[in-house]
Amino acid sequence: MTRKRRRLYVLLACGIGLGSAAALTLTAFSDNLVFFVSPSDVAAKGGSGRTVRLGGLVEQGSVQRGNSGATFKVTDGNNSIVVRYAGILPDLFREGQGVVTLGTLQTDGSFRASEVLAKHDETYMPKEVAEALKKSGRWNPNAGPPPPASTWNSLTPKGGS
Amino acid sequence: MSSSSNRSLHRFANPGQFLRLSGAALPYLTASAIVLTAAGLGWGLFGAPADWQQGDAVRIMYVHVPSAWLASAGYTGLAVCSVLSLVWRHPLADLAAAEISPVGAGFTALCLATGSLWGKPMWGAWWVWDARLTSVLVLFFLYIGHVALVRAFDDPTKGYRAGAILALVGAVNLPIIKFSVDWWNTLHQPASISLTGAPAMALDMLWPLLISAIGFTLCFAAIVVARTRAAVMERRIRGLLMARAASDNAA
Repeated sequence: MTRKRRRLYVLLACGIGLGSAAALTLTAFSDNLVFFVSPSDVAAKGGSGRTVRLGGLVEQGSVQRGNSGATFKVTDGNNSIVVRYAGILPDLFREGQGVVTLGTLQTDGSFRASEVLAKHDETYMPKEVAEALKKSGRWNPNAGPPPPASTWNSLTPKGGS
Repeated sequence: MSSSSNRSLHRFANPGQFLRLSGAALPYLTASAIVLTAAGLGWGLFGAPADWQQGDAVRIMYVHVPSAWLASAGYTGLAVCSVLSLVWRHPLADLAAAEISPVGAGFTALCLATGSLWGKPMWGAWWVWDARLTSVLVLFFLYIGHVALVRAFDDPTKGYRAGAILALVGAVNLPIIKFSVDWWNTLHQPASISLTGAPAMALDMLWPLLISAIGFTLCFAAIVVARTRAAVMERRIRGLLMARAASDNAA
């Protein structure tokens, strides 16, 4: 075995060891690595009084804007939680949009938020495409994320020109 | 003893050969880098359509995504140089690694800065500690650490070895950055473009983004090649000065 070959094997062994150690650590701490919990997590674990981030979609038809803020429901499809927030909502906030709210669960089961962040998805399209999808009835932005891009990207055949 | 692949690798590691080849290629590399970057950014910032919900703020993407790609791709290059340095003791890989890390740190800083400028109007926060943002910040610190460590020893060889080990330990962060948005829920969006699936992006936004990414990549390569050429020449000059000082002492 040449010295180069030996150094290569030592390096590979170190890499495998380090990689497994990192994988085990990340798996063990994965509960703490998530940025937010879903309404179902809260429903399952409770956690009243503790400050957490609650994330999900703003439920369709649930937004009520008042003088000093807004009330809306955050849902993950299975469970939903009423969120009360006094403050300025981000520009992207709307029904059907993903949001992450920081706050505490109250004893009555509602969530009092001190911060609301908007979470957009990975879909990017011009306004005309969004309008065409809405007009054809294939997508309601208030109900959730748009259909897969492969189904509408043919709507923009001028791409590349 | 040594296989043919080692010999061919060493042929490219010859500094004289590198100076000749890179000297011929650098003008074309630089010219194509400038043309493609200008075309991609011009198209993206002025020609491409605005996003249906983000409006014109989406144009930050044409700088943010290419610099984020190069933050990771540059680190991959640094890791490859580190393997060549530790296993095959390539002198050119040592020099290239030391020249990649400051450039990579610059592109990572650009990625973090543009991401912050994009996050405030869209998410509502300059910065959040989600898995994607945090792992990219760690990448930035790894680059900065490599820059400092390589230059922290009186004996340059020790600096190159230490830097190579740091770079390879830090390489474990690369898959974490890539898959952070899939493994854990994050505020950062998942990838819009993948090798396997269709892109979740309109084609007239995708094209300027791809051209911009190729342009940024060529810029990165041109800067690193120019810096490595300078490092090879600097090392030669230092060798000549040392030889002259030795002969002066002897006389």
